Amino acid sequence: MQGKISRSSSAEAIDWPAAIHRALKAQRVRQVSYVPDAGHKRLIELCHADKGMAAVPLTTEEEGIGLAAGAWLGGERSALLMQSSGVGNCINALSLASSCGFPLLMLVTMRGETGERNPWQVPMGQATPEALRLAGVRTLRLERAEEASAVANTAAKAAFEEQSAVALLISQQLIGVKSFEEKR
Amino acid sequence: MNALNRREVVASLLEGRGELLVVAGLGAPAWDCTAAGDHPLTFPLWGAMGSASMIGLGLALAQPKRRVLVVTGDGEMLMGLGSLATIGAQRPDNLAVVVIDNERYGETGMQKTHTAHGTDLAAVASACGFVDARIIRRNTEIAAVRSSIYRGRGPLFFQVKVKPDALPLVLPPRDGAHLKHRFREALLGKGAAAQ
Repeated sequence: MQGKISRSSSAEAIDWPAAIHRALKAQRVRQVSYVPDAGHKRLIELCHADKGMAAVPLTTEEEGIGLAAGAWLGGERSALLMQSSGVGNCINALSLASSCGFPLLMLVTMRGETGERNPWQVPMGQATPEALRLAGVRTLRLERAEEASAVANTAAKAAFEEQSAVALLISQQLIGVKSFEEKR
Repeated sequence: MNALNRREVVASLLEGRGELLVVAGLGAPAWDCTAAGDHPLTFPLWGAMGSASMIGLGLALAQPKRRVLVVTGDGEMLMGLGSLATIGAQRPDNLAVVVIDNERYGETGMQKTHTAHGTDLAAVASACGFVDARIIRRNTEIAAVRSSIYRGRGPLFFQVKVKPDALPLVLPPRDGAHLKHRFREALLGKGAAAQ
């Protein structure tokens, strides 16, 4: 998912993916699974570079729900990274989290909201918060880079200390808009 | 015609299971594992079809010193086919996946699955990087499968062709929170289970 990404000036100044990575470390997250999104590029790199974490690329997002359940059964904590289109792929698998009360931390970069240039991203992006709510997942919002540390810590604590299913929705305003203008 | 009896195969694999950690896919594989003896270190699924192998992967990564066995069905495995690629990319050496393949959706009226039409799951697993992936058709092969599950270097994959029998239901507990708690308590101890 390469492409030119325009970011707001506050996002340039504050390394918000590093703040999320620190929140995952603080909550002793050891398995980080993902289907890539351009907005998660740096966080994915940080997780791969972290010897205390297993970074697990997935073929489809619902695999990460199972992985997180297995990790918890084995005494480890797991987080799942995706873009909002992947939320739709997770719906039935989320019954695993709600039926058994598994802790779950989803970090979802939002497409289809602010200035989206791919109309096919809009339907799932717009449905994402409600779809998660219907599937029993609590949602939190990250809008500004300077809030990343506090909001990521709140989300991680809600998942692992309150033992609930939580999705942190990372605003498209924060990650920037894919322009489709760059030569590949 | 497949000759193996699924209950006998699963009972053979789980007999004297020691420290083995087991994930049982929904439907008949969960009943097979329960028929072999309900056990706190078996996590049987009642839903989330397609997730069994990924639960096994998360468990295998979290517990690298324990052996992890996923027992699931052909329909369940077909729904999570991509997870074979994900497991192949991680190469956990302590994980084995056994597909009890009756070539049918047994819980919904015995409709044929893709394996009845030739889908070779073992070939898929092999292509995804499993160290050993084989189709098993004979009772004489089960001892070697068992030996690999308990001692062999994984990830391992065995597609065991069984008779499409409709056998009596032997149901595990249904309460997901209970299944989770008892597994963690048995594996991690009373204190850790609450963390």
